[in-house]
Amino acid sequence: MDVALTGEPFTEGRARGAMNDDAWFAGLDPGDTEAAAERVRDGSAAAPDEWPTLAVDTDFAESEADYYDALHDATMHATRAAVQKAERAGDRQLVHAVRAMDDCERTANEIAERVQEWAGSLFEDAGTGVDGARELAERDPATPTERRVVALAERVVDLDDEAEELRAYIERTAPEVAPNLAALASPVLAARLIALAGGLESLAKKPSGTIQVLGAEDALFAHLRGRAPSPKHGVIFTHEYVRGTRPEDRGSAARALAGKLAIAARGDHYRGEYNPEIERQLEERMATIRARGDGNE
Amino acid sequence: MSELPEGVERRPFDGDDRLATRGEPVYGEPTAAGWRAWDARRSKLGAMLETGMDVGLAGGERVLYLGAASGTTVSHVADFAGPTYAVEFAARPARDLLDAAASRPRLFPLLKDARKPETYAHVVEPVDVIVQDVATRGQAAVANANATFLDDDGRLLAAIKARSEDVTAEPGDVFEAALATLEEQYEIVETARLEPFHEDHLGVVATPR
Repeated sequence: MDVALTGEPFTEGRARGAMNDDAWFAGLDPGDTEAAAERVRDGSAAAPDEWPTLAVDTDFAESEADYYDALHDATMHATRAAVQKAERAGDRQLVHAVRAMDDCERTANEIAERVQEWAGSLFEDAGTGVDGARELAERDPATPTERRVVALAERVVDLDDEAEELRAYIERTAPEVAPNLAALASPVLAARLIALAGGLESLAKKPSGTIQVLGAEDALFAHLRGRAPSPKHGVIFTHEYVRGTRPEDRGSAARALAGKLAIAARGDHYRGEYNPEIERQLEERMATIRARGDGNE
Repeated sequence: MSELPEGVERRPFDGDDRLATRGEPVYGEPTAAGWRAWDARRSKLGAMLETGMDVGLAGGERVLYLGAASGTTVSHVADFAGPTYAVEFAARPARDLLDAAASRPRLFPLLKDARKPETYAHVVEPVDVIVQDVATRGQAAVANANATFLDDDGRLLAAIKARSEDVTAEPGDVFEAALATLEEQYEIVETARLEPFHEDHLGVVATPR
């Protein structure tokens, strides 16, 4: 790493780097941690550079050690501020986000179907689904009719992109709002459960039997009317512990998972602290349930 | 078994020889005479060392750590490596990462999305080693996107988690697909399953193409 100091082997990098304004410290007063933190948080660069060397060359730091001390201050400051801000996000935001994500996905698929129908009459090689719409959106329309189809395909792309953004937002915020639920159920499933229950508090107040069938209300009410067997699981079916367990044991798996999810929701609402013990107990229980299948074969 | 990096040793804890580094304890791990046990069951990099993979670490390297989470593993890395950049996407674990970084002046916590390297390229310098442990879909794509940080003779040490890509697929198929993607940017040096420490995880050592 000392090679960079001599300049020679890195001529290209140095020439560009000598006045690289992308550096988080570019133009900053060495003592201004507040401004430095802001730059760490909001800045960007197309590519990395030998920042420590640059900092010394441009007199931001007296030495590499000095630079790293300043960087430590700035990153600690920036990350602490960002963490505090993010943790104030509430469960209500999460509910909105997961519903919006589902809306975007559903609508994207719906319009993609329309696009496919229409595009099939105009283009030979129109693809299907959202991916097909993505290809179509890249086309240059030749006629006013084609322009409408391509424009519609662009709407599909926008909606699909927004669904991905919403998913990323949920993955980021669910662990802050509900650390135990997110760890146990995955961030998106945690958000779905909170949405179905109508909030973290009401989820925390539900018995595990209710959590087990959240999202299977139709089947549950059919059962209660005496027309169907009781549902074994609701949205928690998407969890690997349920879906990945053989069908005979899925009821047990769903019951075990729902039990721990109920405990996790209460921990999240009343204490707000992550407790790895819940996950460990569930893992143990799942191992027992899955061992049943192994023994019979 | 390949050699351990300088600053990592096997030390006795309650009668068992375990991997250990020297530093402030972070997550309630056992300590003895200034050394803290490095639990391979809680750390994929620890498991890669434990299974004898050729990680090529000597100690003192510049490291970019993707998916630092609460700082369990990255705290050990910072104990034996040089400047260590820890990228974590979620705020909650990043809070604990801050605690680990507080006593380690060359550990730099960054609340950033590893899928968007341009959002931290203005802070992170070119590094000798990228350690990757992100549990999202598209793990190989994350490694590829971050190849820009790796020196020509640097190394990627990645743990690929099968369940993060597709819970229904066979882990073997998932790993094959991930390796194929990695080969766009890297030369694969060695791979090994991380059982019994981590189920359905593949340890990967690779160098840039």
